[in-house]
Amino acid sequence: MLRIEDLRVNYGGIEAVKGITIEVPEKEIVTLIGANGAGKSTTLRAVAGLVRPAAGHIYFLDEEITALPSHSIVAKGITMVPEGRRVFPDLTVLENLKMGAYLRKDNLKDDIQWVYDLFPRLRERSWQLAGTLSGGEQQMLAVGRALMSRPKLMMMDEPSLGLAPIIVRGIFEIIKEINRQGVTILLIEQNANIALHTADTAYVLETGRLTMKGVGKELLNDEAVKKAYLG
Amino acid sequence: MVLFNTTLPYLLSGISVGGQYALIAIGYTMVYGILRLINFAHADVFMVSALCMVYAVTTFQIPLYIAIPLVVALTVLLGFAIERVAYRPLRSAPRMSVMVSAIAVSYTLQNLALYITGGLNKNYPSIPWLSDSITVLEATTKRVTVVTPFLTIALVVILVMFIQRTKIGTAMRAVAKDFETSRLMGIKVDSVISMTFIIGSFLAGIGSMLFFTNYPGVIPTAGAMPGMKAFVAAVFGGIGSIPGAVLGGFVIGICESLIKGLDTILVNTGLLQSPLELATFSDAFTFVLLILILVFKPTGLLGEKIADKV
Ligand SMILES: Nc1ncnc2c1ncn2[C@@H]1O[C@H](COP(=O)(O)OP(=O)(O)O)[C@@H](O)[C@H]1O
Ligand SMILES: [Mg+2]
Repeated sequence: MLRIEDLRVNYGGIEAVKGITIEVPEKEIVTLIGANGAGKSTTLRAVAGLVRPAAGHIYFLDEEITALPSHSIVAKGITMVPEGRRVFPDLTVLENLKMGAYLRKDNLKDDIQWVYDLFPRLRERSWQLAGTLSGGEQQMLAVGRALMSRPKLMMMDEPSLGLAPIIVRGIFEIIKEINRQGVTILLIEQNANIALHTADTAYVLETGRLTMKGVGKELLNDEAVKKAYLG
Repeated sequence: MVLFNTTLPYLLSGISVGGQYALIAIGYTMVYGILRLINFAHADVFMVSALCMVYAVTTFQIPLYIAIPLVVALTVLLGFAIERVAYRPLRSAPRMSVMVSAIAVSYTLQNLALYITGGLNKNYPSIPWLSDSITVLEATTKRVTVVTPFLTIALVVILVMFIQRTKIGTAMRAVAKDFETSRLMGIKVDSVISMTFIIGSFLAGIGSMLFFTNYPGVIPTAGAMPGMKAFVAAVFGGIGSIPGAVLGGFVIGICESLIKGLDTILVNTGLLQSPLELATFSDAFTFVLLILILVFKPTGLLGEKIADKV
């Protein structure tokens, strides 16, 4: 569904991503794990059109989307839950959800209900400013907001960041549920343990290069992965 | 009663000029809210708008009912073009560069105005209904004095509804907080920024008509003082806040006008024997007021702390 081919991204003179190739098959959960600074976020940002790749190609549903503007990429069915949630703090929960559906012109009622059914906590807080939500609730809102565009592919940048383990488990249950409902997922994580348990396929990224690829649960038993990422 | 009668004309004119400052101040505050940029060229857009009116009516003899919408449209176009040409190419440049670009635009417009007018004081055409004399509780004034505050409030109410209730308005609030996440929503950030300049210039165009109906001399630096006052009003009210800019505009307009009239008021009520020439300090007073408010409330009257954008 999504194919990233030999992607390279530079910031100024620094190479953050040094030629990586990733395949995300339809309906799967694919994860990209790696330490802080490995280039995970940069990869997603390139797909989302937030940074221009220095080289390489990105295809979505057999169509090249490399360096398209972000709004065209959203329109094609790719959404992203950014690192650190980035909800709009002085918009209400409902307004945040509506911003997620910015490009849509049809009725949003059913989708708002769908998101509220996935995250009942958000329904109770519909009129609250997003900035007043707890970290876990903000993450739910960031996911809900991304779903409002009715994506085919949802990219998630470290959804577990800064959240208590019990909340992280809850969020990952929902991620699996969303996937069961037909949304393909590209998940990046530093929390390798939960990511590998959740994903069908996993890639390991080290300082801008891929070092490993495998089935998620198999990598859990890989000695090198255990040593480097599972402590 | 003497106090009331001598104060009223100054109060009226203060409310009026305050409304005019408010209309300009909204442009400063909205652009700051979204770009963290003090758009120095805004005051000159206000001046150019007045010159357009002078040339449209006096030189080209265009009837007012066409000239008014035409001049507003030209003002909007100018504000839009400035953003496209001078600010958009610098979107990822350091903020200081954009600031310098804004100063450059400001001087370019003033020089251009100097070139076109030859530095002569141009007389602003009188707009019949607005410049008619009327009497309010025995005070004689132009109708524009009474119209301004009502028109200002009406425009602000519409603007606030637009920003609070519509999808584009919500997107403007989103972009003001976070460009990148707004892009992820599919919002075209550049279009939203253009929209901000369009609204700001539209209000400056209206403000220009009201202001120069009261003070009809247009010179290339005619935007500087009202622009500066409006900017102070925006900071005073809390830069980034639209209600703050409006409140600031009225407070500064009223205070300034009352100080101008203070001598007359005090002498007429018998509190003073001879005038103290306090009016000389009316402009300085504006800035003293600003310094005081910033000492006691650094974010301005209605401002919230604006975190720097990531
Ligand atoms: N905006 C930026 N400007 C300059 N360098 C950056 C920027 N963003 C990230 N980097 C650098 O690029 C590398 C990869 O960062 P990132 O993709 O955020 O890693 P990860 O998400 O895996 O932690 C790091 O060395 C980081 O310092
Ligand atoms: Mg990251």
